Amino acid sequence: MSSSHQIQLNKTRTGIRGLDEITNGGLPQGRCTLLAGGPGCGKTVLALQVLVNGAKNGEPGIFVAFEEDASRIVVNAATFGWDLPDLQNKELFFLDGKPRPEDIWAGAFDLSGLLAMLKAKADQINAKRIVFDSIDVLLSLLDNPQAERRELFRLNDWLVSNGMTGIVTCKNNDSGLSGLDYKDFMQYMVDCVINLSHEMDDRVAHRSLRVVKYRGSGFYSGEVTLLLGDQGAEIIAFPESSHDQVASTERISSGVPRLDSMLGGGYYRGSAVLLSGAPGTSKTTLCGIFILAACQRGEPCLYVSFDESVSEIVRNLKSVNIDLEQYIISGLLHIQSIRSGLAGTEEHVGTLRKLLEAHQPRCFVIDPLSAIVHSEGDTRRRMPEKMLTLTKASGITLLCTSLLGNGGDSLNEETGIQISAVADTWIHISYSILSGERNRALSIIKSRGSEHSNQVRELIIDAQGITLADVYQANGEVLMGTARWQKEQAEIAAEQLLLANVEYKRRVIELAQSEVNARVEILQVELAVKQKDLELLLATEATRLGSLDTSRDELWNKRSGDDTKPSMPLKNDV
Amino acid sequence: MYKLAIVPESAHKMTTATHLFRLYIAGEAVNSVLAQRNLKGFCEQFYPGNYQIQLVDVLLSPERAWTEGITVTPMLLRLSPPPCIKIMGNLSDTQQLSNVLSSIND
Repeated sequence: MSSSHQIQLNKTRTGIRGLDEITNGGLPQGRCTLLAGGPGCGKTVLALQVLVNGAKNGEPGIFVAFEEDASRIVVNAATFGWDLPDLQNKELFFLDGKPRPEDIWAGAFDLSGLLAMLKAKADQINAKRIVFDSIDVLLSLLDNPQAERRELFRLNDWLVSNGMTGIVTCKNNDSGLSGLDYKDFMQYMVDCVINLSHEMDDRVAHRSLRVVKYRGSGFYSGEVTLLLGDQGAEIIAFPESSHDQVASTERISSGVPRLDSMLGGGYYRGSAVLLSGAPGTSKTTLCGIFILAACQRGEPCLYVSFDESVSEIVRNLKSVNIDLEQYIISGLLHIQSIRSGLAGTEEHVGTLRKLLEAHQPRCFVIDPLSAIVHSEGDTRRRMPEKMLTLTKASGITLLCTSLLGNGGDSLNEETGIQISAVADTWIHISYSILSGERNRALSIIKSRGSEHSNQVRELIIDAQGITLADVYQANGEVLMGTARWQKEQAEIAAEQLLLANVEYKRRVIELAQSEVNARVEILQVELAVKQKDLELLLATEATRLGSLDTSRDELWNKRSGDDTKPSMPLKNDV
Repeated sequence: MYKLAIVPESAHKMTTATHLFRLYIAGEAVNSVLAQRNLKGFCEQFYPGNYQIQLVDVLLSPERAWTEGITVTPMLLRLSPPPCIKIMGNLSDTQQLSNVLSSIND
C-alpha cells in the first residue's frame, strides 16, 4: 500500500461538515493523521465522529482508548445521537487500553503485540479506520525518547502497511519542556496534522481548529471554528465565495413605497442590506415591514432576533400596523429568537446557517447582527461577512441591522462590524434633536448598482405604519417633527395666497380680452355697413347709366327716323 | 482488563506448582524475548522447581489477546498465589519484580 509509485493521493471523507471542505476532500487514506490539542479541545469527539461516520457508511472502525474508559466514551457520546450502541461490536469496536493505577511496570515494552492484535481484529471486521486516543498516555509509559520514537515509527508503519486510515490524538501544551520532543517528532512523521485549540473569547468558550500540514494535498490553512453541538462536531468553514454569481436585476420592495423610490425601485433581489442606527430608530420596524411585504408576495421568510422574544417582536410590530401573525401560523414566516450571549460569533453563524438550510427563506432578517459580534479579533469580525457571502450565493435577500452610536460616527467605517463594506445597500437612521424634539432621519449612505436619493427623509411611525416625509431646511437647519409641520403649514398658506393672486390676475386679463373682443365686433359691424353703402352706390350708378342709353335712343328715333345710328361714344365716356 | 483477574480453573488443575505465571509476548520482539529470559531467571532463583509459566503469543492468538484486553507486550500475569498481579514490561527491572512479587506474597 505504501508503494512509492502511487501518484494519486486518496482521501477518506470524514463526513464531518466543514472538515472535508478545509482538507479538500477528507483525511489521507491509508495514512496517519495527528489531532493535537489541549484539554477540552474536542479531540476525542472529532476522532470518534470520523469513526462513527465511517461505520455508518460501510467502513468499520476501531477505537483504541488509552485515556478514557471505552464505556465512558460511549456514554459521553450518547448526547450526540450517533446510535453508538447499535454500531458497537458490529461496525465499531472499542479496545480499552487505559493504564490502571494498580498496573506495575518493570522494564521496557513495545506495541508489537497490540498492533498484531489490532491487525487481526481489523482483518476480521474489515476495518478501514482506527483511532488511538490518546497516544501520549501510552508513550509516556515508555519513559524513554528513543523508545517513544521507535514505537511511533512502528505505529505509523503499521498503519501505512495495512492501508488503515489512522487518527492519533495527542495532548499539546505549549510549555515547550523537554521530554515532549516526541510530539514534535510526531508532527514530522505523520502525513496530516490538525491542531485544535480552546480558548475564552469574551467569556465565551471558543474552539478552533487548523490544518497545519497535509502531505501531497492543498488545504485551507486558516483557523476555523469547531463546534460541538447536539449532532457532534461541526466545523464552521465557508467555501471561498465565488464571485461569478449572476447578479439579479430584480427589485423587491422594502415595504415602504417612498423608500423604494429613494432606492431606485427597492432592494435588489439577493443583495445584502445594512440598516444602522442608534437604539430606538425603528430599525426593527423597517425589518418587520420588509418581511410583511415579502410574506404578502408569498415568499418564505426567516427572521432571527437576538435577545428579543418572538412574542415581543410580533406585539411591537402589530402596534404599528405590521401584522405578521397569520404568516407565522401559515408557516411562511419563521421567527427565531436567540440569546446572543450564549455562544461565540462563529457558533451563532453556524446556527444561522442551519436555520437557513432548514427554512430555505427568500428573505432573511438578522436583527441585530451587531449583537453577535463580540470580538475585536479580525478573523471573528469577518464571520458576518462570510455569512453575507453565503446568503448572496443562495440568492437570499438579507436585511440586517446594526447598532451604531449617533455621535457623528455614522459614516465611519470602523463601526465594529465590517459588513458595511460587504453590504450592497447601507441605510442609516439617526436622531435629530431640534426644538425639544427627537426625530428620526433616514438617509441612504450607499446603494450599489442603483441611483439613489441623496436626500434625508424623516421617518414617521404611527399606528398606520411607516411613512417617509420630506425634511425642510431653514437657516441652515434641517426641520423635522413639529417644526417641519409648522413649515409645511406656512408653505400651504403661502401657496394658497399665490393661487389667489393668480386667479385675480387671470380675471383682469380676461376682462381686457373681452373688451378688445367687443370692440372688434363693433368694428366688424361698421365694416359691413360701409360695404353695403358701397354696393348701394355702385348699383345706383349702374341704373342711372342704363336709363340714360334708353332715353337717347328714343330721342334719336323721334328726331330723324334715320336708320343709321352713330356709335355710342357716350357710354364709353362715362 | 479486569477480565484478567478471572483465573481459569484449568490453570490450577494442570499443575501442582505454587507459582503460576502467564506471560503475553509478541513473537520474537526484543522485549518479549527479554521478558521470557528475565522471568525464567527470576523463577529459577526464587522459586526453583515450584513454578510454571504459560506463554501466550499474541501474534498467534490475537483474538484471545483482544478478549483479555492486552494492550502492551510483554505483559506478565501472576495467577497464583493470589492476588492476581499484572506487571508490564520486559522484566529487566528485577528489583522491582522481586519487590512486587515478594511483598505481596508475604
